[in-house]
Amino acid sequence: MTTIHIDRTSRWFGNVVAVNDITMQIAPGVTGLLGPNGAGKSTLIHMMGGFLAPSNGSVTLDSTPIWRNEQAYRQIGLVPEREGMYDFLTGYEFVLANAQLHQLPDPPAAARAALATVEMEYAQERKISTYSKGMRQRVKMASALVHEPSVLLLDEPFNGMDPRQRMQLMELLRRMGDEGRTVLFSSHILEEVEQLASHIEVVVAGRHAASGDFRKIRRLMTDRPHRYLVRSSDDRRLAAALIADASTAGIELDWSEQALRIQAIDFTRFTELLPRVAREAGITLYAVSPSDESLESVFSYLVAA
Amino acid sequence: MFNPTVARLTYRALLGRRRALMLAALPVLLLVVAAAVRGMTGADDEVTSELLGGFALATMVPLVGVIAGTGAIGPEIDDGSVVYLLAKPVKRPTIIVTKLVVAIGVTVAFTAVPVLVAGFILNGNSQDIAVAFALAAAVASIAYSALFLLLGTVSRHAVVIGLGYALIWEALVGSLVEGAKTLSVQQWALALAEKVAGNGADVSSSVALPAALVLLAVVTVGGTWFAGQKLRTLTLAGEE
Repeated sequence: MTTIHIDRTSRWFGNVVAVNDITMQIAPGVTGLLGPNGAGKSTLIHMMGGFLAPSNGSVTLDSTPIWRNEQAYRQIGLVPEREGMYDFLTGYEFVLANAQLHQLPDPPAAARAALATVEMEYAQERKISTYSKGMRQRVKMASALVHEPSVLLLDEPFNGMDPRQRMQLMELLRRMGDEGRTVLFSSHILEEVEQLASHIEVVVAGRHAASGDFRKIRRLMTDRPHRYLVRSSDDRRLAAALIADASTAGIELDWSEQALRIQAIDFTRFTELLPRVAREAGITLYAVSPSDESLESVFSYLVAA
Repeated sequence: MFNPTVARLTYRALLGRRRALMLAALPVLLLVVAAAVRGMTGADDEVTSELLGGFALATMVPLVGVIAGTGAIGPEIDDGSVVYLLAKPVKRPTIIVTKLVVAIGVTVAFTAVPVLVAGFILNGNSQDIAVAFALAAAVASIAYSALFLLLGTVSRHAVVIGLGYALIWEALVGSLVEGAKTLSVQQWALALAEKVAGNGADVSSSVALPAALVLLAVVTVGGTWFAGQKLRTLTLAGEE
């Protein structure tokens, strides 16, 4: 059992701050590192993987520093985001080379076992250059698992995978987490993280925005005020009926748009209220569109909170 | 200090089809020209020295050195696959030394060996000219490999810089401009050839042999050490 400790860590490139004073612990089990693109997820993973020195603070495995310590790799398995991986080798040769670099006692057996874990035995004699994106990802996984690491770091592992490959990888990662390994993966897609991770760390604009299980994060994201743009057969009457309910916080008649701008505070209740009120008042709804549902706005709300 | 797995990955990458063809082109050209010259003019020590010194040592060896030296690590850093070597409990200097050994082996195989063969074709090793230039090519291979491996580690434009160095500095400035000669791997290697070749062979270097050997050693060891240091702190940035 290994825990990654990130303690008051910052990383800047020139005068751009990529990671800003983050403190978090990544414990055994599956943790999702969630954040929009460019939030500093990769920078964090690079520091956890020993490929980037923290400008400030420390990143340690239990208590041993990772930077400039190649012995740490006995415990770390790394699945990089980039595609480069010795395409001229076969899948088996590639995983075997990784086993040999780890100086394992029986590299061929370890390579075969790792390829079996990711269910790639059927294509292990083919050159990597002939693999699909999903197959490459699985062989990368095999190379990261070949030495049975206690920590597994994956940078955007689901990028470009089809739904079936995604399911397979999720199942595999879940199993790794259940075995007591510390599995950390990054993603910018909430649904992905929610399905897989029992624990979520949210990073926005280089800062640690939230931490907890997915229910807590989900609540943080759904409890925020939601904004809707609504067009109906009688905007003014609809507005009057809606503002009477506690789930709305404010309604504006937007003359230029010929629509209502509604701010809801109780997401679930409001989504039930709106159609009911309209029906009872005999008002026809022409358009109901959330005006700030983008992930960016969800994240920026989290940062402000 | 040597890791057989790193060596295997390196030479398989180096001797992939396209790169192997690039490496073989100049040596093949040298052998063809040597055969043609021998056929047309017969054995001639002066022509032999000119071809082996002017073409082989001044142009072919640095060019093959660029391809092998930068190719031993540059592409892996470019496409990010070097991460699979670095994320292992293997000392970074071991990775560099192993890659250096492979680059030297490949450069020697594609330069010193064809130079020796070409020398025998040209004048049957008269005055030891073939052996002298083969030895010079081997020594230059070592220094070039270290130099270009370092270049491949520190720069993404290693091939361009290396070609510029090989063609402009070594082939042009290094053989024409007096002052620049002392800072040319080619001249240091020539010092060895001068020592080995017979007196009538007209092989001369502008650097004395002891100084040349010291400089060769400094470049090789210094370059390798520095490359090892760079690799220890290599950051695979550029994704964000």
